Amino acid sequence: MAKVTLENLAHTYFNRADGAAEWAVKRVNLEWADGGAFALLGPSGCGKTTLLNIMSGLVHPTHGRILFGERDVTGLSPEERNIAQVFQFPVVYDTMSVYDNIAFPLRNRGMAESEIATRVAEIAELTELTPMLKQRAAGLTADGKQKISLARGLVRPDVNLVMFDEPLTVIDPHLKWVLRSKLRELHQRVGTTMIYVTHDQTEALTFADQVVVMNAGEVVQIGTPVELFERPQHTFVGHFIGSPGMNVLPTEIDNGKAVFAGLPVEVANPLSGSADGKLELGVRPEFVSFGTDGIPATITSVADAGRYRIVDTQASGHRIKLLVDEGEAIPAQDTYLRFDPGQTRLYRDGWLATEGVAR
Amino acid sequence: MSLELRNVTKQVGGEIHIFPTDLKLADDGFNILLGTTLAGKTTLMQLMAGLHSPTEGEVWFRGKNVTGVPVQKRNVSMVYQQFINYPNFDVYENIASPLRVAGMSDPVIKQRVHAVSDLLRLSPMLHRRPSELSGGQQQRTALARALVKDADLVLLDEPLANLDFKLREELRDELPKLLSGRDCTVVYATTEPSEALLLGGHTAAVEKGRVVQFGSTGSVYRDPDNFSSAAIFSEPPINRLALQKEGERLIAPSGDKWPLPSALAGAADGRYILALRPHNVTIARRHESDVPLAGQVVVTEISGSESVIHFEVLGTTWVSQSHGVHRLAVGSIGNFFADLGQALLFEPDGKRVKGGA
Repeated sequence: MAKVTLENLAHTYFNRADGAAEWAVKRVNLEWADGGAFALLGPSGCGKTTLLNIMSGLVHPTHGRILFGERDVTGLSPEERNIAQVFQFPVVYDTMSVYDNIAFPLRNRGMAESEIATRVAEIAELTELTPMLKQRAAGLTADGKQKISLARGLVRPDVNLVMFDEPLTVIDPHLKWVLRSKLRELHQRVGTTMIYVTHDQTEALTFADQVVVMNAGEVVQIGTPVELFERPQHTFVGHFIGSPGMNVLPTEIDNGKAVFAGLPVEVANPLSGSADGKLELGVRPEFVSFGTDGIPATITSVADAGRYRIVDTQASGHRIKLLVDEGEAIPAQDTYLRFDPGQTRLYRDGWLATEGVAR
Repeated sequence: MSLELRNVTKQVGGEIHIFPTDLKLADDGFNILLGTTLAGKTTLMQLMAGLHSPTEGEVWFRGKNVTGVPVQKRNVSMVYQQFINYPNFDVYENIASPLRVAGMSDPVIKQRVHAVSDLLRLSPMLHRRPSELSGGQQQRTALARALVKDADLVLLDEPLANLDFKLREELRDELPKLLSGRDCTVVYATTEPSEALLLGGHTAAVEKGRVVQFGSTGSVYRDPDNFSSAAIFSEPPINRLALQKEGERLIAPSGDKWPLPSALAGAADGRYILALRPHNVTIARRHESDVPLAGQVVVTEISGSESVIHFEVLGTTWVSQSHGVHRLAVGSIGNFFADLGQALLFEPDGKRVKGGA
């Protein structure tokens, strides 16, 4: 086990003669602490898979270094890096028993059979595979097979890192809950550094202690689920995390106050300096409520999500969504909106304009 | 008058895929088939489309018996989970293909393709090949092809399942708008309760080859007829407990005695199954009448705004879903409060006991 450091990493798949390049990963500096549960989250094409492949050694970066502990592993092959990987689709040896499948990486490394038996039994117990150890893997369901992949990824006690690449994509939602819970529980028991790559915010936020959000080859925020939710550093994070995402509205500064629809809006991070750049207000649907005064708005639609409803409104030509709990009243068509001042923030050119008052 | 399955069954080999099913779809809005993988959703769609004939029973559409009429002779569009496009055609030709098959003239085709691609925001990429598109754009192309020909019946089989989370959210929002005002019956299969709820319309809860309930989506969610229907419509999984009702009390297997919630008054004494959705089991006490439950934490999952905690209680595992972030260590004892006022009660065979009956 070791801390993993990515230093000035950049990668391009195209090196053009004129020196211009399209960067899949632009410049990434990251430190994954030993024993942490991390997620790498972003939309398709954001560079997360490239970054994963750089860490596993499948891709050699154009610039930068990867360190495991203090050791530079940039030039090492995947085998030499001593890592385990679990892929999107289960990789299982159909003709082997479940036991032999899990034991495979240990036998490869020449571990004694008695030691293997102990280790496999332990991991099988954690992944609830004990009753099927003697069965052939071929007969198992998709989630059963993916459990084998997970068990094999976790069976070696000495790996530096376990990486999961969208491991639950093929799993039924009803089973996803079970496996996701299992994975987090396994991390809490095993304590190996784990990195989970996904485009699915729910999976990232529930699995990880720290989430790295990527967009267009760059890291836009690293934070705990709460930080990403409550204090998005960029409007992209506000939009990408949360369902529905954060409302982002144009604003201007008048007398030091943010203004929307001609009305002053109180924000958590008032601007002290200049009001240059493109200014926007960000407020999550969770922090918008109906009021008897405030921003005049018209309700355009209401979607029932069971526990709550998503209410779509138009205010001064802009779409503003809010969440209303089941059982709470929704006013008639014309109404007023209130933004929670502690959870409304000012953004400049996409980024949080100032840190504002610490909460 | 929309699509109707009359006592339809489907057997393949000796195996029953669809048990006798009667289903009358709604004319307006989405008809959602909700259930897990292999529940029978795709088979039901194939029967509706005429891709397969039922073993027994009849399929009626707009007042006509269409049993055995093959899909080619019906005006049906289908979109699958896997984006299916012609790789050698550009987006324009992909969308135009059903109109060409129908022998329409070029000006009409052009007008229709442009109208639908505007709607699906594909206009800037009409001359690209599918391989040059993102997954979302490929699926929009497949959707455009399904929408361009004014089908009577549009079947969407988990069309968003392979898309990125945010794209899914966006298309889920757009789809009902795209299809509203069209004179067609829309059927939409999904495994996700939240998707069904947000799409609205009507829902058929499907389990192991049976439609266990059909009704407006909100009513199936809030007022399930049976345990299967309640379980299909719950994510995280619904909490379940077999218990005994005696007079004004519920007796848990642990011996714990709880006052009978008023919603359950009137039920006869005997054995029942109690079900409670995870958001009705919370860390904060919300009502005086909430029942305290203490149990060993199995796992804690935190999303930005909610905590989902699985814990051992009453000889089973329950799930609690609370607002805010609550980090409870695995193995520690957590205290939870169950709002039994929201509980659903079922007969041991799964039939719902409606409150106050």
